[in-house]
Amino acid sequence: MEPKEYDSGQKPAWCAGCGNFMLVHAVRQALAELGKDPDKVVITSGIGCGSKLPHFIKTYGFESLHGRPLTVAMGVKLANRELTVMAISGDGDAYGIGGNHFIHTCRKNPDITYIVQNNSVYGLTKGQYSPTSPKGFVSPTSPDGSVEPPVNPMAWAITTGATYVARAWYMDPQQLKDMIKGAIEHHGFSLVDVLMPCLTFNKVYGIDWYKERVYKLYGHDPNDRVAAMEKAMEMDKLPTGLFYQEKRDVYGDELPKLNGPLYRQDVTRIDLTKAMKPLR
Amino acid sequence: MDDKPITNDLCWKIGGPAGFGIASAGTVFATACMRAGLNAFVLSENPSLIRGGHNHVTVHVKERQVGSHLARTDVLVALDQQTMDNHVAKIVKGGGVIFDPDEVKTPEVHDVKLFNVPIKRLCQENGGLILRNTIAMGATAGLLDFEPRFLESVLKDNFAKKGDKVIDMNLNAFKAGYDYVKKEYPSGSGFVLSKRKPNDNVLVSGNAAVAFGAVSAGCTFMSAYPMTPATSVFETMASLAKDYGLVVRQAEDEIAAVNQAIGASFAGAISMTGTSGGGFCLMVEGLGLSMQSEMPVVIIESQRPGPATGMATRTAQGDLRFILHCSTDDSPRLVLTPGDMEECFSVTAKAFELTEKYQMPAVVMVDKFLSLSYATTPAFKGGDNKRYIMTDRDASKLKNYKRYDLTDCVSPRAVPGQKGGQHWASSYEHDEYGHESEDKTNKIRMSQKRFCKLDLAAKDVPQPKIHGHSKADMTIIGWGSTKGPIREAIALLEEKGVKVNHLHLNIISPFPEQAITKAIKDASKTIIVENNQSGQLAGIIKERTGLDVDYTLLKYDGRNFFPEEISGHIVKILER
Repeated sequence: MEPKEYDSGQKPAWCAGCGNFMLVHAVRQALAELGKDPDKVVITSGIGCGSKLPHFIKTYGFESLHGRPLTVAMGVKLANRELTVMAISGDGDAYGIGGNHFIHTCRKNPDITYIVQNNSVYGLTKGQYSPTSPKGFVSPTSPDGSVEPPVNPMAWAITTGATYVARAWYMDPQQLKDMIKGAIEHHGFSLVDVLMPCLTFNKVYGIDWYKERVYKLYGHDPNDRVAAMEKAMEMDKLPTGLFYQEKRDVYGDELPKLNGPLYRQDVTRIDLTKAMKPLR
Repeated sequence: MDDKPITNDLCWKIGGPAGFGIASAGTVFATACMRAGLNAFVLSENPSLIRGGHNHVTVHVKERQVGSHLARTDVLVALDQQTMDNHVAKIVKGGGVIFDPDEVKTPEVHDVKLFNVPIKRLCQENGGLILRNTIAMGATAGLLDFEPRFLESVLKDNFAKKGDKVIDMNLNAFKAGYDYVKKEYPSGSGFVLSKRKPNDNVLVSGNAAVAFGAVSAGCTFMSAYPMTPATSVFETMASLAKDYGLVVRQAEDEIAAVNQAIGASFAGAISMTGTSGGGFCLMVEGLGLSMQSEMPVVIIESQRPGPATGMATRTAQGDLRFILHCSTDDSPRLVLTPGDMEECFSVTAKAFELTEKYQMPAVVMVDKFLSLSYATTPAFKGGDNKRYIMTDRDASKLKNYKRYDLTDCVSPRAVPGQKGGQHWASSYEHDEYGHESEDKTNKIRMSQKRFCKLDLAAKDVPQPKIHGHSKADMTIIGWGSTKGPIREAIALLEEKGVKVNHLHLNIISPFPEQAITKAIKDASKTIIVENNQSGQLAGIIKERTGLDVDYTLLKYDGRNFFPEEISGHIVKILER
């Protein structure tokens, strides 16, 4: 498969230079390199600039509600475990309004890949501070600077039970694609938190700020949970790459095989005789 | 005994604190009646507590099918003082009360037989105080001249998992209660249960009937979050999962529950969720998503009093306007309101057929009274369904597929995994492919597409019919769970020679305008009976038809109607 075979032909209306252009290409590339059948891929998203992304990829897509891409993805995966299921949304969607779903999905560990476009700002609503905005971030809803400490997505994911936890820097397309590819290949719940500053609404924490801080993990053992947490807690510098990976029971794998996907279940002649027995 | 005993017409009540096995005593007794070829209705009332409080359960037994309990009590079992205090006055003339004088004060009553049974002592002699309800059951059987084998067989089945020791202990306790009253009160209570021909009935709760209806309609996916009184739909689905190949999952909240159900539906599963009013509040955005993305889903809403947490274990019909109207913008939905166990089954199954066929959300409204009451009803057989999604073969022939094709209100639907059906679902207004669109003409056409589904569905559902005399002194209009109490009230009125008939609505959206208009115009007088404060259906009828109903009977104390309340109210109106 070639990346262009995953191009829906729809044209994005993102700002010039937006990291989403890199991301959409990385997703297509990852799918192509893994030879994923576009008919067997579902990408769900939430609401936000980045959540429009499924429309630009020629697979099945579901742009759901703000904060809910993981819940829709969960339903899709449980109904048809033959599908490759991915969810994509921004940091407000994932760690703010969808925070409850995020921690419980990490805990349950379904075979879903979650890509979070982390730009530390609410872009589509024009620049309010988000759950990952640093303390002191000045925005229309925090004119004197945000008083909240930010969410630490890496630490959150590792402690609540995600089994593949990675951070990618969007200006490193090779790493971005590799992290996504690894996440799709991983059997279990995977998070790829993509550092991707908003060029329009996040001038303070822009490309230069990140460039001074991001570095690639080296000599790190992703099977070592304590080491992964140490890396997650690093604040002055921002390590990127695969923080943590483990093999654990996958939510849904315990379900009986059935006859494949639920959409193919035979619904003719359903016989309730057995169910009636205890009621007699 | 001077009078002839009353046979197979009994209102039996047992009460005590939570933890005494009151609720199970009700279903055990009713199951025994069913095995004896009789019919029964079981209502239990309990506070939202795990231990303590006042619990009581009423079993109404008849030879014909029973639509509800009655306000009267023929035989009462008072396992504590509160039961005696609250219920002794409702015992009919000639009725009786079973109690242990060592635990409950002897009441000052006339025309009520007092059956002193040393329940505590018999418990101690037979294995402990946990046997209270079993002893009471034995005493009940003895006083009703009810062949012991029926109750014994139910006790055996109920304790089968706990082993022979527990079974024997209960059978001995049952016998001790039975023998005691046979010896002390040989002439019985004046009420008799006598076996009839065996039938093909089951004892089922409204919630279980809803779940069976879902399975019979081909539902394979349910995600939900527990909330009283809807939870046992979810529990029944979970219990059926292995045998019927269902995926049943507990979500982290109701928002996740409804959106998982929508996700499963997107992937082609016939899918549902369930909750009570508070949980439905969290599902409202999902309801809109189901309509906007034209994704079938059935939501079971079991009402309880509100607003907010309200009264968890009590009943109400106060959510009708909420369920009909909630969501942003004009967003149609199907609303179905089954009235008894059979309808919980068949109307729920209908909801699945309609949601799949028209690709729009369907809400099935029940309430605590219907959800958690039990009734004997003919056993459910199953279902023979067809799918409304594309076949893999049809999907593979698609070219330039438009999931939201505007040609018809219902567009052919492919699902993920099918070759050639790739498309995008969206919570945004979208074009025919599913891509976001803010185009004015497109918005109008898509809105009209969503609305015309309801018009199509209207032609596809049966119109409600008048039950009873075509000419009557009063026409009763009701919806949902009032069906049983209204039908029992009609039976009481018939005995008095009062002619009434009944229009029961079990589908409210699409709204059965013609049937209601005709019923009101044909009636000499009309009364609406609703378990809410404002007469929600009465208001909707006025809005949709311009017609007024003459009278309303509204109850909003958290309790369901007693048939006597309805019949008494109607008699009073007609006497005016």
